[in-house]
Amino acid sequence: MLDLAIIGGGPAGLTAGLYATRGGLENVVMYEKGMPGGAITQSSEVENYPGIKEVVSGMDLMASWPEQCMRFGLKHEMAEVVRVSRPEGLCFKVELSDGSVETAKSVIVCTGGTPRKAGFKGEEEFFGRGVSTCATCDGFFYRDKEVAVIGGGDTALEEALYLANICSKVYVVHRRDEFRAAPSTVKRARENGKIEFVTNVLVEEVYGDAMGVQGIRLKKKDSGEVIDLPVPGVFVFVGYDVNNRVLKQEDGSFLCDVNEYGEVVVDLQMRTSEQGLFAAGDIRIMAPKQVVCAAGDGANAAIGAIAYVEHLHRENLC
Amino acid sequence: MGKYIELNSSNFDETVKEGVTLVDFWAPWCGPCRMIAPVIEELAEEYEGKAKIAKVNTDEEQDLAIKFGIRSIPSILFFKDGQVVDQMVGAASKQAFAEKLDALLK
Repeated sequence: MLDLAIIGGGPAGLTAGLYATRGGLENVVMYEKGMPGGAITQSSEVENYPGIKEVVSGMDLMASWPEQCMRFGLKHEMAEVVRVSRPEGLCFKVELSDGSVETAKSVIVCTGGTPRKAGFKGEEEFFGRGVSTCATCDGFFYRDKEVAVIGGGDTALEEALYLANICSKVYVVHRRDEFRAAPSTVKRARENGKIEFVTNVLVEEVYGDAMGVQGIRLKKKDSGEVIDLPVPGVFVFVGYDVNNRVLKQEDGSFLCDVNEYGEVVVDLQMRTSEQGLFAAGDIRIMAPKQVVCAAGDGANAAIGAIAYVEHLHRENLC
Repeated sequence: MGKYIELNSSNFDETVKEGVTLVDFWAPWCGPCRMIAPVIEELAEEYEGKAKIAKVNTDEEQDLAIKFGIRSIPSILFFKDGQVVDQMVGAASKQAFAEKLDALLK
């Protein structure tokens, strides 16, 4: 039986593992289906992680984390967790995609989020064939070509700036004319000669042929005028949906309280409504979606998990 | 110990022409590609003698990327006797790749 199962290997999961093992928990496994690092490894530039004063890629930022976090005995199991449940008593049951089952005294869920679909016609059909959610991965295939970026948040504008270094032109397509992105990022994007803003529009469809995307059709919200952008690449950055699937029980309910968006309700110690179950990082309510916050959450949750497991041991429970 | 095969334009056709081959189109700058790298290595060991597990560095082998219409990475193409029979885009679990391979090996 594990003292602690950590589900997810991003900044929250890695930091939780570091704190839990260094803090004395013996049998701690972090489940991550591949190399740990998390969604930040898709970011081209990180300039707000305290202590790292150079601008680094997300991949470079995370490169040294696994080694440090495993120094105190954290084990990484390359497996996908399909469900966490608590069928009887105090122990948690962790079901893996290969059908095997592990039991754990405490669990920290830090499975993050998945880029949200914008919901326009052609988005699913052309995903991977011109529609992308990763500029650092796929920008390369659009060297000296024109692309469109959908969205108005930090990720959308930061990735538009990244793409502007590679592509001949980047259209930033946004349904409003105000941007949620940091003012400094908006300013940089506005000053970039390769970026053109197309605002107050709705995406009608992405169209193409067997080879992939050939363009995107937009509609102006006020006049209804249709704008056709013949771009081969469309990058969608319209937010994230939380990966709460592992908490979903067979009857469709969740193991702990979640809000209307499916985000896990936690208190200031990252405790969920289920004792011994913690959530950290982008999956929790009001997550700022920042590496430094996810790492903080992970530490916080681990400290809570240590106290909880010690309590179980003292009381001879589980 | 099984090791994945590094493919380029000179050994590609020869490698995929017979049997089942998984080809991971990747690049060094791609986070999700890096994430699945250890998965591909494990598959290479586990499927040794059954299926070929291969990688194409799209940064170095752009002609192959163009030939197969790769526009997102990681793209994982499954070949059977030289033909593309299945395709996956993005990071996935070892289990997901293994299921595709097992179905083709039946």
